[in-house]
Amino acid sequence: MKLQLRFFASLREALGISQEVITIPDTVKTISDLRTHLIERGNPWNEVLAESKVLRCALNQVMVDANTSLQENAEVAFFPPVTGG
Amino acid sequence: MSIRIQEKDFDISAEIAALRKDDPRVGAVVTFLGAVRDMNEGSQVKGMTLEHYPGMTEKALQEILDQAKARWDIYQTLVIHRIGPLLPEDQIVLVVVTSAHRGEAFAACEFIMDYLKTAAPFWKKEDTPEGERWVDARVADDAAMARWNKK
Repeated sequence: MKLQLRFFASLREALGISQEVITIPDTVKTISDLRTHLIERGNPWNEVLAESKVLRCALNQVMVDANTSLQENAEVAFFPPVTGG
Repeated sequence: MSIRIQEKDFDISAEIAALRKDDPRVGAVVTFLGAVRDMNEGSQVKGMTLEHYPGMTEKALQEILDQAKARWDIYQTLVIHRIGPLLPEDQIVLVVVTSAHRGEAFAACEFIMDYLKTAAPFWKKEDTPEGERWVDARVADDAAMARWNKK
């Protein structure tokens, strides 16, 4: 499955990347699976996306929880809790 | 309903006038104006930069305004949120709600701000004497949002 990944704010800076297109194996089915898959890349991914970090995720620009299923060609964004207003 | 994400400043009087123009049903206009403070978490704030998620920001704000409209008997809503570099005292966010009576407009305006604080993808990075730092989300904001679910 092909996905467009986006990263914002402190995550974008810590990873040194704002977006990328990836192809994931069939075993990666949910947002949570994707996070684990990215953590397996090692440094700095394992630190920035570590389970202990409170992160938010959006699927096709709508905030979703970790159990949400991924979709072909979806835009998946990871970012810290928001601080606008 | 109107949503604007912009770098430039805004004129609150002109925005209110435009929102209630030619609408004699309006008996109440409630506004919230957020400004950049010069202190946060014990540090002096020299300035800040606001980042957002283009596309999702507009979608999230639209959803917030749709929910407010469904929940209260209000007429017009406006949200302006600035992005980019800002200085202390700068205006940062404006919410305006019009209705026949004040109760609905007060409630809707507060709801929109509480919701925006937890669901709209904006992030502040402050410039302090100790260096730049990303602002941490406040637990109080989640609590403020959660109380709307109980009503």
